[in-house]
Amino acid sequence: MGHDQKYIDKKNYEVVGTRFNRPDGIDKVTGKARYGADASAPGQLVGRVLRSPHAHASIVKINVSKAEKLPGVKAIITSADLPDLTGQDQGLADILENCMARGRALYDGHAVAAVAAVDEQTAAKALKLIDVKYKKLPHVTDVDAAMCESAPVIHDRIITRGIEPKPTKPSNIAARTQMGHGDVEAGFAEADVVIEKSYKTEQTHQGYIEPHACLASVNPDGTAELWVTTQGHFVFRNVCASLLGLDIAKLKVTSSEIGGGFGGKTHVWVEPVALALSRKANRPVKLVMGRDEVFRATGPTSSTSIDVKMGAKKDGTITAAVAEMRYQGGAFPGNWAMLGCMTAFACYDIKNNESIGWDVVVNRPKVAAYRAPSAPMAAFAVESTIDELAKEIGMAPIDMRLKNVAREGTLAPYGPTYGPIGIEHTLKAVKDHPHMRAKLKKNQGRGVACGFWFNIGGQTCTDLNIGVDGTVNLTLGTVDVGGSRSSMAMIAAEELGIPYEQVRANIADTTSLGHNDMTEGSRGTFSSGMATVFAARDAIGVLKQRAAKMWGITEEDVIWENGQAIATGDSHGNLPPLSLKEIAAKAGRTGGPIAGHNEVVADGAGMGFASHICDVEVDPETGRSTIIRYTVVQDAGKAINPDYVEGQFQGGATQGIGWALNEEYIYGDDGCLQNPGFLDYRIPVCSDLPFIDTQILEVPNPLHPYGIRGVGETSIVPPLAAVGNAIANATGVRMSHAPMSPPRVLAAIDTLEHAS
Amino acid sequence: MRYATPASAKEAAGMLSKEKGAAFLLAGGTDLLVKLKMGMVEPDLVVDIKRIPKIDQIQTSAKGFVIGAAVSGSMIGQHKGLRAAWPGVVEAANLIGSDQIQGRATLVGNLCNASPAADSVPAMIAAGAKAVIVGPQKKRTVPVEKVVQGPGKTCLGKGEVIEAITLPKPEARTGDAYLRFIPRTEMDIAVVGVAISLKLERGIVKKAKVALGAVAPTAVVVPGAARALVGSKLDEAALEKLAAACSAACNPIDDKRGTVEYRIRVAGVLAKRAAKIAFQRAGGAL
Repeated sequence: MGHDQKYIDKKNYEVVGTRFNRPDGIDKVTGKARYGADASAPGQLVGRVLRSPHAHASIVKINVSKAEKLPGVKAIITSADLPDLTGQDQGLADILENCMARGRALYDGHAVAAVAAVDEQTAAKALKLIDVKYKKLPHVTDVDAAMCESAPVIHDRIITRGIEPKPTKPSNIAARTQMGHGDVEAGFAEADVVIEKSYKTEQTHQGYIEPHACLASVNPDGTAELWVTTQGHFVFRNVCASLLGLDIAKLKVTSSEIGGGFGGKTHVWVEPVALALSRKANRPVKLVMGRDEVFRATGPTSSTSIDVKMGAKKDGTITAAVAEMRYQGGAFPGNWAMLGCMTAFACYDIKNNESIGWDVVVNRPKVAAYRAPSAPMAAFAVESTIDELAKEIGMAPIDMRLKNVAREGTLAPYGPTYGPIGIEHTLKAVKDHPHMRAKLKKNQGRGVACGFWFNIGGQTCTDLNIGVDGTVNLTLGTVDVGGSRSSMAMIAAEELGIPYEQVRANIADTTSLGHNDMTEGSRGTFSSGMATVFAARDAIGVLKQRAAKMWGITEEDVIWENGQAIATGDSHGNLPPLSLKEIAAKAGRTGGPIAGHNEVVADGAGMGFASHICDVEVDPETGRSTIIRYTVVQDAGKAINPDYVEGQFQGGATQGIGWALNEEYIYGDDGCLQNPGFLDYRIPVCSDLPFIDTQILEVPNPLHPYGIRGVGETSIVPPLAAVGNAIANATGVRMSHAPMSPPRVLAAIDTLEHAS
Repeated sequence: MRYATPASAKEAAGMLSKEKGAAFLLAGGTDLLVKLKMGMVEPDLVVDIKRIPKIDQIQTSAKGFVIGAAVSGSMIGQHKGLRAAWPGVVEAANLIGSDQIQGRATLVGNLCNASPAADSVPAMIAAGAKAVIVGPQKKRTVPVEKVVQGPGKTCLGKGEVIEAITLPKPEARTGDAYLRFIPRTEMDIAVVGVAISLKLERGIVKKAKVALGAVAPTAVVVPGAARALVGSKLDEAALEKLAAACSAACNPIDDKRGTVEYRIRVAGVLAKRAAKIAFQRAGGAL
């Protein structure tokens, strides 16, 4: 059924925009919630993975005979047990090879074999008994080093895409991307001031507290089940079915509660392995990753090296901007640099701009999405350079941003012309915010930075079923990673005109609903919100029919208002309205259960823009930075549940601050990860942060009935630059390498002192 | 793996000395359990000392304090007498781990784990703490600075158990302090740790002891740093000398937690700050 997705500009929301306790709250605070590791099945085995201790090595031989003889070992698999069924699909082949090394270990932690045994101890013992003969190969982990002529080439099959003429020799450069518009040379010629700077950002991990975990069970008849922590069980189903040669409909995937994903649970790693173990052992297999495995062998974000050149007139007009960005995608190609190019200058209306991206492979784990993937690094480089430009011209950084800000009608660097967007609103709100007038003490500084992230729509399928007592089950297929069940229930209640408490939202397994894309790209509330509105309208259509039947009048004479059917027209004016409850109670006699349904490819996702303010105090003797105040201002389109929207703002800012200050993957000369644990991979703890203040702005997305924009990701984009700009303001030192850890800041302060 | 709960330190020592396989002592378990889970150790015998009478008590006498081997960080933090006498030691003990860890972690465990970065060890050294060691045959008492001999290595012979830590009753006008550098605010491992204890006489430093952590294979006592303080009113010149002596005493490594250069530099910075706190605690006026 076709529905109108246009913004309805409703002024008097009853439910939307209010604050409710989360429906999953009790389970989560009492420990009853069932996460990835909380499922069990009769006769289940414990799965464990053997991982490469080398950054790059040929696997000469794997001898499993000793391990197989160990009592209690029920199955051992290597890549031979996961035959390549991927056909010509190189992307799928990469996923398969990433799940289990095929003749070559491509990074420290790459899976080479796996065991299913009766208990943990037996599985651990068995791993030690598997004899793998490696032949070490030269490795490269640094993005710049990997691009050098002399670097060891990781894949012979990689010929750089996007270069004419096509290169003849393989290299580690998977692709070159270029975009932008105007004439940058002419733009720089117009400029009074030109700044050119290079930046580096280190690799970071999403740092979700729940490790990857699943329970897999495959039957000899080709039916199978998978319980898993994931951001998208339908996509996991499709990928796992393809890799294992199962029929999609015969693999039932249930998503558990999720203990954080942030993009890192959009990718399969242990799931195909657990399924293959179960298939071989003919028993259910539970596989839970250890924290070190999560760090070494899941999907962190890229490390980068970025050059930015920007020119401006004395009045602050940016005349030209160029960025050249190098992103490593780990051991397999990705499009991460392309995303960097698309986002780098997206907050501004710059007449002449050019972004060049290089996607590079290195001997590190395959990169996965991390909250607005690739944008924070680009923003670090660009927003830092804008502050330098402003300083050179003698203009307040906030005014320089406002002078060049993108608006409705601005041609975006990546192609489209913007509709209504909120970046200017956020900058103006920042300028007026009391935070900007808070007094700074000695060694303290303030920085502002902007950020942009796209949102996506995609395939969505939703059911709405009304019970005989008038309560409503809303059945969703987008995994709830940030509280979407509550938001969807609020939307359904709003649309139906009933109290929020009357709706229970649930995430269905893959056999109970049509395909839903991943919860990624800030799409959950946007797309499932749209499908929920449409499913509710569908149900309202049915409710009106039933009311008409109960009254014995024609459906055209019935309208739906405030949760009840109202008979209109002169002849029916005296009929008392029928509530949803009353209609539901009679459903069995008026045509059966009352339901609404919607499937949609949700187009028209809005864009997310934010501006952040950061105050920092830097200890000049140790280089240690303390965040003393932090404010997020972001356009949410429409905040369905403001608590969750604020939570997203705060969470993204927190992750960005962690990245800005201390989080980084540290590789040794041997190419092995030295800090695969939360002790030495330092995410912020509570006491590291002030309360993060938030301000929600609402510039409605014209292509959503409720004006919704995605809010999950943009908030991680500005912090690196906001912190860097604050440190520069406090110390006079421009940090060009993130994280801006104490040793780096102290070294930079020393360099500045020696220079002066 | 076998698990035993001896009723005395001597019995524990006997169990350890007779064991042919890998034997480990369990007190708070905050190091042992992590190592077990990470597969770093595979014990044949675990000897839990928590059932030994009085081993989880702090005893106060005219001579000072006896802190049992199973006394947790949070018990130390709540002990008014200890807090008043040796605030630096209490601070150092309370910096270890999270609140949950504080409920179990012990001074003796921190010492016997023999990490170069152990927070409580420099503080105990500066305060003149001693370890009471019980062996299968005899008992001996050893200054804390003699216990750790290298990363993961102690002076304990086979079967020897540290039963308690003793701290002297501080002389009048004594103050101590411990500061560590970590990139975060808590739940971290020291990049540099500095402990200073000093005694004043008429506003002038009469005696001092300075110990550094995380800058060498073991905690380092720095007599030169103490000499820089003695005879001074903690003037700028003395503090500079102190910082220089501390930096010079560092023999650190470059690792994921910090560079050689950074550790050397920050050791001096923290020494000055710790000295000021200890000085004020001793009643000195800055």
